[in-house]
Amino acid sequence: MNRENNDHATLAGRFNENEQRVSWHDETLWWVRAKRDKAAHTLPEWEQLRAAASQIKSNVLSNLSEYLVQFEGRALQNGVAVHWAADAKEHNQIVADLLTARGVDRIVKSKSMLTEECHLNEYLQSRGIEVVDTDLGERIVQLAGEPPSHIVLPCIHKKKEEIGELFHQHLGTPAGNADPQLLTRAARKDLREKFLTRRAAITGVNFAVAESGEFVVCTNEGNADMGAHLADLHIACMGIEKIIPQRKHLSVFLRLLARSATGQPITTYSSHYKKPRKGKEIHIVLVDNGRSVQLGRADFRNSLKCIRCGACMNTCPVYRRSGGHSYHTAIAGPIGSILAPNLDMHKYADLPFASTLCGSCTNVCPVKIDIHDQLYKWRQVLVREGHTTTVKKMAMQGMTFTLSNPRVYRFAGKAGRWLMNKMPYMVNNKWNTWYKQREMPEPPEQSFSEWYKKNRER
Amino acid sequence: MSSREKILGAIKRSQPPQCPLPGLDSFLQDNAHALQQYTEVLTSIGGTAHIVNGYTEIKEIVKQEYNDARCIVSLIPELPGVGTETAYHDPHDLAMADLAILPATIGVAENGAVWITEEILPQRVLPFITQHLAVVIKREHIVPTMHHAYEKIGNADYGFGVFIAGPSKTADIEQSLVLGAHGATSMRIFIL
Repeated sequence: MNRENNDHATLAGRFNENEQRVSWHDETLWWVRAKRDKAAHTLPEWEQLRAAASQIKSNVLSNLSEYLVQFEGRALQNGVAVHWAADAKEHNQIVADLLTARGVDRIVKSKSMLTEECHLNEYLQSRGIEVVDTDLGERIVQLAGEPPSHIVLPCIHKKKEEIGELFHQHLGTPAGNADPQLLTRAARKDLREKFLTRRAAITGVNFAVAESGEFVVCTNEGNADMGAHLADLHIACMGIEKIIPQRKHLSVFLRLLARSATGQPITTYSSHYKKPRKGKEIHIVLVDNGRSVQLGRADFRNSLKCIRCGACMNTCPVYRRSGGHSYHTAIAGPIGSILAPNLDMHKYADLPFASTLCGSCTNVCPVKIDIHDQLYKWRQVLVREGHTTTVKKMAMQGMTFTLSNPRVYRFAGKAGRWLMNKMPYMVNNKWNTWYKQREMPEPPEQSFSEWYKKNRER
Repeated sequence: MSSREKILGAIKRSQPPQCPLPGLDSFLQDNAHALQQYTEVLTSIGGTAHIVNGYTEIKEIVKQEYNDARCIVSLIPELPGVGTETAYHDPHDLAMADLAILPATIGVAENGAVWITEEILPQRVLPFITQHLAVVIKREHIVPTMHHAYEKIGNADYGFGVFIAGPSKTADIEQSLVLGAHGATSMRIFIL
C-alpha cells in the first residue's frame, strides 16, 4: 500500500469529486440510521438490552478459551467437524483443502466479513475454485470486481443504473433497465441455478452457542440457507469472538442486531445449525487472525464485542461522506478503524484519524463499544510507535513547542495576523489543508490578551 | 504446537478479569395484545395474517390465493397437498414446490417470526426453496418477545431450527425494498 496515494484522506478526496453522489450516499445512509432510531424507540427496554448485550460479551471475553473448548466439544458431539486457524492464511488453506479433497471446484458463498478479511475468494480462485457470492449486494460488487463498501449493505455506493448495466452485461437483462424489482428477479433466477448445482456452500456465523454447539446465521434473502441445505458440504467460517455462552442469550442479540442494522424487528431468517443432515457434512473453522492479540490490549479489547450491525457506519459523518472504499480494509467505518490497526499498525495508521470523534458511533452501538474513545486512544499509540507521517509529526511537535512557550505563542499569533492581512495568498492556497473547501477567517485586529490589557487599563 | 493450542494459550494469557452474566428475567414482560401486535408487525414486514376459525376456512383461502399452484407440499394432515411425492430423499426435488404449508409451534409478537424445526420438514430447504410459504399456528402459541420464545425452546435438541419473519427480501439496490430475494416470495400466516 502506497501510504501517500491511498490513505483515507486521498481516497475520500477522490470519492468527493462527485458532489451529487456524496450527498446521495450521505442521505441514503442517514435514512437507514433514522430507521434504526425508530426501531430502537419502539422498545422501552432498549437501553437495558444494550447493557445486557455488553455484559454478556464482557463475560465472553473473560471466559473465551473455556467457552471455545466447550463449544468445540458440543459441536463434535453433534457430528460437526471443528478446525482452528491461527491466521488468514491457515483459514484459507483449511477451506481450500476441504474442497479439493472432495473434488469440488465450484461453490456458493453467503455473506461473511471474515472471509473478506482473509481474502478467501482470491485464494480459492488461485487454487482453481470458482466462488459465487450469493447475497445480492455481494454478487453485484463481485460482478463489478470490487470489494463490499459496507458490511451490511455491500453495494450501497452503487447507483441502480450502474447495477442495471452490470446485469445487462453479465445476466442479459434489457439494456438501460434499472428497475430494482426486475434486476432482483434476474439475480434470483441466475443464483437459483447456482444453488441447485453447487455441492459445497460457505457461510459466515453471527453467533455460536458454547452450551449447545449450534451456530446462528442471519440473512434477509435466504441465501445462506439455500446454499447450505442443498450442498453436501457446508463450511461455516467464524472469528473466535462470535461465541456466546447460552442459547437464551440469543434473544438479546437477535432483538438488537436487525433493529440496529436496518431498523427491521428481526432478519427474515435466523437459522440455528446444530447437526449436519444425514450423510452430509458441516465443518466450522474457528479463526484467530489477530483477535487474541486485540484481547490482550486492555484499551481495545472491547472492539471484539462487535456483532457487525453496521450502525456505527450509518451514523458516522465521515463514513457517510467518504464512502466505504476510502477505508481500504474489509470492515470500513468507525469499528473498522479500531479493528484494522490491530492487524497492521503501519498500513492502517491513517484510519483512527478518519473521525471527528463526535461519539455518535458509541451512542448507537448495540453492544456499547466505546468506539470514539478507542479511536482517540489508537491515535496516541500510533504516534508513540512512530506510524504517523513525518508532516503530521512535525506539525504536532511545532504545536507543542509553540503552545508551551508564551513568548513564541505571542509572536506566532502576531506573525499569523500580519501574514493574513498583508499576504493573504500565503495562507489562501492549496498547500494549506484548512483552506480546502472553505474560506479562511478574517484576521482579528489584536489578540485576546492585547485586547484585555487595553480594556482593563481603561 | 497446533494452532488450537497456540490460540487457546494466547487467549488464556490475555483474558480480562471475570465479569458476571446479567439476568434476563426482567425482559419477560407479559403482553395482553400479543395477537394484535403479531398481525400488525407481520403486515409491516411484508407478510399476510389471517385469523381463522378452522381448517375449512384455511382451505378456502388456499384455493383462492394459490389456484395456479401445481405443487403444494403440505405438512398438515387437514390440508391436503397437490402434486407431491410421498417422500423427498433429495432436497433438490423440492425446487418445484409452488407452496409449502407448515405448522409452527411458536410465534413472536414483537417481530412477526415463527419458529420451525427440522423434525417436521421432509428436507431443511423446504421453507426457503418454495415459491410461497404458508404457516399455521395456534393463537395460544404466540408469545410476546424473543426471550419468551427461547424460554419455550429451552434445551430442545433439534438438528436445525429457524425463525422466519415474513417473505425473503432485499434492499441491496439503492435501498429499494424487493420481496422475494432467494427464499419464498410471500408468507401467509393462518392463526387458529
